[in-house]
Amino acid sequence: MIPSAAVSEPPVDSPEPLALGEDAPEPTPPAGKGGLFLPPPVQKDQPTWFQERQWKAWEKFESLPLPHRKDSAWRYTTLGKLDISRYTPAAAVDSSAAEALAARSLGGPEVAGRLVTVNDRVVQRTPLSDELRAKGVVFAPMGDDLSAQRETLLRHFMANESVLGSQKFFALHQAHVRGGTFIYVPKGVHVELPLESFHWIAGEGAAIFPHTLVVAEEGSQVTLIDYLDSADRRQNGFVCGVSDLYVGAGAKVTYLAAQNWGEEVVALKMNTAHVAAGGHLTSLHVNLGARYDRLESHNLLAGAGARSDMLSATVATASQEFDQRTLQDHLAPDTGSDLLYKNSLSDKSKTIFSGLIKVAPGAHRTDAYQKVRNLLLSDDAEADSMPGLEILADDVRCTHGATSGFVDDAELFYLQSRGIPRLLAQQLITQGFLTEVLTRLDDPRATARLADLLAAKFERMKPR
Amino acid sequence: METDKAQIDIDRSAGDFSYPMNYEFDAGTGLTEATVDYISGVKEEPEWIRDFRRQALRTFFKKPMPTNWASRDLENIIFNDIRYYLSSGTKPKRSWDDVSPEMKQTFERLGIPEQERKFLAGVEAQFDSEAAYSNIKKVAADQGVIFVGSTEGLKEHPEIFRKWFGKVIPVGDNKFSALNAAVFSGGSFIYVPPGVKVKHPLQAYFRINAESFGQFERTLIIADEGAEVTYMEGCTAPKFETATLHSAVVELVALKGAKIQYITVQNWSNNVFNLVTKRGLAHEDAEIKWIDCNIGSRLTMKYPGVVMKGRRARGEVISIALANDGQHQDTGAKMVHAADDTTSNVVSKSISVGTGRATYRGLVHVPKHLKGCKNNTECDALLINPHSRTDTYPAISVRGNRHAMQHEASVSQVSAEQIFYMMSRGLTESQAMSLSVNGFVNDLVRQFPMEYSVELKRLIELQMEGSVG
Repeated sequence: MIPSAAVSEPPVDSPEPLALGEDAPEPTPPAGKGGLFLPPPVQKDQPTWFQERQWKAWEKFESLPLPHRKDSAWRYTTLGKLDISRYTPAAAVDSSAAEALAARSLGGPEVAGRLVTVNDRVVQRTPLSDELRAKGVVFAPMGDDLSAQRETLLRHFMANESVLGSQKFFALHQAHVRGGTFIYVPKGVHVELPLESFHWIAGEGAAIFPHTLVVAEEGSQVTLIDYLDSADRRQNGFVCGVSDLYVGAGAKVTYLAAQNWGEEVVALKMNTAHVAAGGHLTSLHVNLGARYDRLESHNLLAGAGARSDMLSATVATASQEFDQRTLQDHLAPDTGSDLLYKNSLSDKSKTIFSGLIKVAPGAHRTDAYQKVRNLLLSDDAEADSMPGLEILADDVRCTHGATSGFVDDAELFYLQSRGIPRLLAQQLITQGFLTEVLTRLDDPRATARLADLLAAKFERMKPR
Repeated sequence: METDKAQIDIDRSAGDFSYPMNYEFDAGTGLTEATVDYISGVKEEPEWIRDFRRQALRTFFKKPMPTNWASRDLENIIFNDIRYYLSSGTKPKRSWDDVSPEMKQTFERLGIPEQERKFLAGVEAQFDSEAAYSNIKKVAADQGVIFVGSTEGLKEHPEIFRKWFGKVIPVGDNKFSALNAAVFSGGSFIYVPPGVKVKHPLQAYFRINAESFGQFERTLIIADEGAEVTYMEGCTAPKFETATLHSAVVELVALKGAKIQYITVQNWSNNVFNLVTKRGLAHEDAEIKWIDCNIGSRLTMKYPGVVMKGRRARGEVISIALANDGQHQDTGAKMVHAADDTTSNVVSKSISVGTGRATYRGLVHVPKHLKGCKNNTECDALLINPHSRTDTYPAISVRGNRHAMQHEASVSQVSAEQIFYMMSRGLTESQAMSLSVNGFVNDLVRQFPMEYSVELKRLIELQMEGSVG
């Protein structure tokens, strides 16, 4: 079924970018395949280089195969959930809807800047202070005039390849991307308060392509919080997001993503982080929503002494499927990475974790850790774990662990003996299990905010 | 310790020799239906097995190589350059005196009769395609234990053989199990009657003597209700210029309450492709334990598995791998829980020396609607030199909330402090290294029978000699 939501701009023949694809034939979708298999709308308002790249990306998308059951990067995934012919690129929403969503965009009380994006279009912004702007900090939607940042953008925008299986969706993202958040922090500048970015998806069958690019130069500091949400939790939709983080030498970047898409949304997100010498990245994903949610995180420890903490807390309920693929890529000596992913699984939910620690030759004194813990709360839940190691240097310390277990009866019994009903006791224990991940953040305020989101999901699933 | 350490010389002198042989039967090089018919003809096999072989050959041709995850080195196997069957007659000799002098020399050097004299309940030695010598102690035979080659097994005991043959590992399990099914020859068939506990281990030696030869033995062990048996196999081959292929299929069936322990010490020369499929089927209260030690070969791909089909069945894999220069030990374990309250345990330790690469690949599968399943997996890897490599790729799939699974893996180097401490007490660096490595695998080595554990320790010491300096 192809939803009737209007395409924002008709895919008209634009002589400008199309001229590039020399003998580009009129792309005709395979029979029976519509939706996102149709060519993307041409964004005539964008600079030429951007349009060129979009066209090339589209050609690439068409040339790549769809994920296959035998593809090891998609092992255990329910591929049937990924039918992109059901969606069309999201249209702009009217101003009253935009205002309503802006009002629902509740972040922290104090921020350095805030952007609210609905269907890839900015509807509200809280700009940076004059002081930060004077220092050269940029916090802007990609749709703004960023010609002053041309060099940085050319160097970093979509500069990474997807290596964890989603090459085709990566190309799809590039072919469709229209907005996104761009953050640039010059050398030595500390942005003390967090930056917040809200992404909303609205409309039945809508597809959005959120993009985040953070470039933190040497010795700088910045925190970005992404809030991902649906206007109407009953609407189905498709999200294909990319985020690229560049952590310069000695820089400190914290990236938090609160994923709370509606339960009918299919979401893919491809994260790449590049940490230079002495840089430190902390990333935390809280995953609550979506019908199928795939999270790919490729962290490159590219310079000596680089460090990355990769955290995730997932609450899987109903028939949700969370598909998480990570790569801790140690390319330089004295680098460290520490991954902790925790999942709680209820009902008929399913989680997949595939994580690899890769230590390149010469990346000596690497200290890498990876831990995934699954708490199974139902007999119908399924947890698949594939923790991996590939070590090509000898002076290293790499450890991984994967556990799957259930709530300890003794703990339940104790809580029950204190008058707490069994189901509530189980919920408390689960919440405690997941909150441990949040406390790893060195930021009590952010921890509290994310803990509230977790609690809200538990509230929704409370037995009635 | 970033400096390049001197590479190690492996002591393979124990197995590195060969004798010219005049083979009575030779299927030539290459693989066609005629090859399969030739083997079947020489062995005077019944029609059903000939059909089985032909069917398997078709499956083999159809199946793709496991290319998306396996080592690219597999592409270097040229199936048409391999000799699939070589023998000097298909009947194994019962008395040592009847064995031909060349073969005798070979096995004398490997120490088979002495071993037997010492304690082994039965021993079978396979020379290229066929068993050259096979014997079983009277005590075990009197208890009704059958210990013969696979050909004799399928001819003399079809009622037991046919029931389980190819049932644990189907022909089409993978390309190499299909190949084995098409051209298998030799290997053991063991049946232990209900309640019989075979006191001493049964033993088999596998020897490749001819160049470009492929050895495809097929072993089937059935322990009837309450029976217990331990089986040990050792493998050696001389080092030839061209690569050699060893592709065995081993099926174990432990009926209710039975126990099977299968011990392998694999020390093929380092141009042998060792691609083996091993799996056991454990019924109610049964226990299957694989103890697997891989020291030799160029590329080993072997993941012993246990399907726990009955309640309270137990599966265990103990694995030691030592990968030296030019070697890739791709080993692991498969644990399939198919009944309630089944437990499995995997302990794997690997050591990578020089440019050696050790890989652990594991699968733990707990399907829906079972309860009380437990798995514990531990893999530890030790890296000795800067170019050593190790990988771990486990996959754990759990459904339901009444199971406990844990997996842990670690990779480390020999601790510099440890070495320094031992040297300060007067040990040389290589002695300290050897001691440290032996300490790393010690708890696993102890699970081998005494003779083997002593031998293993010595082998590791030899391997470590000169690894530092």
